[in-house]
Amino acid sequence: MTAVDTKPSAGNAFARSIGHVLKARETGIAIALIAVVIVATVSNPNFLFSSDGFRDLLLTPSLLMVVAVGQAIVIITRNVDLSVGSVLGLTAYLTGRLFIDIPGIPPILVFVAGVGLGALLGLINGALVAFAKVPALVITLGTLYIYRGINVAWTGSDRINASDLPASFRDLGTGELLGIPLLTIFAVIVLVVAAWYLRNLRSGRELYAIGSDPAAAHLYGLRVTRRVIAAFVVSGALAGVAGVLYAARYGTVSSSAGLGLELQAIGAAVIGGVAISGGVGTVWGAAIGAYLLLTINRALPIVGIQDFWQRAVVGVLIIGAIVLDRVLAVRQHRRLIEQREEKP
Amino acid sequence: MTSAIDTEHGRRTYSAHAHPLWRRLLVTRESAIIGLLFLVVLVATIAVPNFDSPLTLTFLIREIAPILLIALPMTLIIITEEIDLSVASIVGLSSVVTGLGVQAGWPLPFAAVVAILVGTVAGSINGALVTFVGLPSLAVTIGTLALFRGIAVGLLGTTAISDFPEFWTDLTRMNIPGTPMPLIIVPFLVLAIIFGVLLHFTPFGRSLYAIGLNKEAAAFSGINVGLTKFWLFVMSGAVSGYAGVYFTLLYNNARGDNATGLELQIIAAVLLGGVSIFGGRGALPGVIAGVLLIGTLSSALRLAGVTSDIINVITGVLLVASVVSASFLAWLRTKRVSAIGRKKGRAEASDG
Repeated sequence: MTAVDTKPSAGNAFARSIGHVLKARETGIAIALIAVVIVATVSNPNFLFSSDGFRDLLLTPSLLMVVAVGQAIVIITRNVDLSVGSVLGLTAYLTGRLFIDIPGIPPILVFVAGVGLGALLGLINGALVAFAKVPALVITLGTLYIYRGINVAWTGSDRINASDLPASFRDLGTGELLGIPLLTIFAVIVLVVAAWYLRNLRSGRELYAIGSDPAAAHLYGLRVTRRVIAAFVVSGALAGVAGVLYAARYGTVSSSAGLGLELQAIGAAVIGGVAISGGVGTVWGAAIGAYLLLTINRALPIVGIQDFWQRAVVGVLIIGAIVLDRVLAVRQHRRLIEQREEKP
Repeated sequence: MTSAIDTEHGRRTYSAHAHPLWRRLLVTRESAIIGLLFLVVLVATIAVPNFDSPLTLTFLIREIAPILLIALPMTLIIITEEIDLSVASIVGLSSVVTGLGVQAGWPLPFAAVVAILVGTVAGSINGALVTFVGLPSLAVTIGTLALFRGIAVGLLGTTAISDFPEFWTDLTRMNIPGTPMPLIIVPFLVLAIIFGVLLHFTPFGRSLYAIGLNKEAAAFSGINVGLTKFWLFVMSGAVSGYAGVYFTLLYNNARGDNATGLELQIIAAVLLGGVSIFGGRGALPGVIAGVLLIGTLSSALRLAGVTSDIINVITGVLLVASVVSASFLAWLRTKRVSAIGRKKGRAEASDG
């Protein structure tokens, strides 16, 4: 009986991969996302079928998606990065500042500067976490304050306006390719690269090993310190990318840009099946989680629920997702024990 | 050779008891924070004009009272290696419930009791998810942070309720007659004594340290780990509910987004006060000093004309520095101990 279960059916690779996709944790979230879109579209066809509706559907979650991918990588190593919102705020303001202070600066240079600043701030987080051996929660809680404080001190009551930014840069935020917003294409590229890295490269797999059991990973000889720092640098750099894109998309940047983003990003990752205790989950899940979160926010007013309730819905989603993960884990645990008992 | 030395002296040493009593009491993290607090007060009194006026103390205590109150149960929760991020949302929810109650014509004490009950129920939801479903408290309370805040904002929308009975708002802002101390210090002291005795002088309190150090060992020594945690979250909810009522009356304002972000300040203060985020370490006097330190520092800086964003930077730096310095000191100690060990080994080798 068990022998039949465990023997791979060799000739049926396609059917098996279909089965894998159907059973994946991410599929549930994707179905929920599609259901939300269908319900909202039935209530108001403009949600999907008007050109604006379709564009917003793709565009709104793009920034959160980029940040959530970085957050998922950090959470997989059993850490957490609370400072992403503050990093986004700083890089968004830097973007505007550069365009104002250095007229005619090429956008690509600004982009590099934003990503570089994000990576640097992430490096500070990672180095403090990895060398001081202090939980990431505490360190990034501290840097959340520090980075935001620096941002407010630098910005003051000043703010960047759309007219300060060159048109070529703003086109990045509004432009489309074959009807798909550029920002979305960019976010998907980031997602695919990160997913490929985590799935196929040795160092990517090591992140999962570190998150499952840091002590065992260390004893096995993995370079835990270096990998954890790298995860934070990636998270910071992606928050930096999101900061530059934020400036391109919205045009106005005040000192409160990205406020509270950290909880949205963590929420997106958790909803997408990335376990907060590390070692489990994919960036696909986190990205779909980000889409689900923001799409629900936009769908609520359409189905007649006041949008004040959206945060409550987000809370219910997060709790529902972690309870579901727990139930699935317990069931799998039981099944494995049963299989062991059945074996002679 | 080494065994000969041991029998010669005839006693073993424990690292925790290797120093005399006065040193163990004075050279601790808690006393370092308390010392730093006194230093800040001293410097501020000399250098900052108007800092020594009684009004400063009144406003300082009034403002940090919610942090002081919630830091008490938060300390217990962090000592058991859990965390509660939803406290500020419970403050907001309790504030909205108080407001809606008064709007519906309830007498304020009744509305306040209902608000505290709502807080208690919210806390027990956290506790149930952590204990009976077996979820990590970090994930649970990130979820309920959004959920409770969402309910608060959903109930009241963008409106605010600000017509509370003058008797109660005046009472909240009153000082203890003849002193610059606000009245809120009395319930705080009562709660501080209750939590202090509970944590430091009861089997329940000692079991929290055991849970924080090693859950399995604690369970095997007969502690009901799950139920203990459940009650901690209930306490945290109840105190947050009370803080919500206080917050509402102090600012005469019930809004859904009251006290947003307060949880981070509370946790920062608790960790600054010497509670280990790994659980199993910490004491209430240190935590109270930690809250007062952050409060005093920001109050002094504000009087000195420094803007609030720099104060945030300082809060963050203090938090990071406090945990990094703890790790650094531990690293230094192991370095020193191993150096002593090497020296001894060499001396013995040359003897032999």
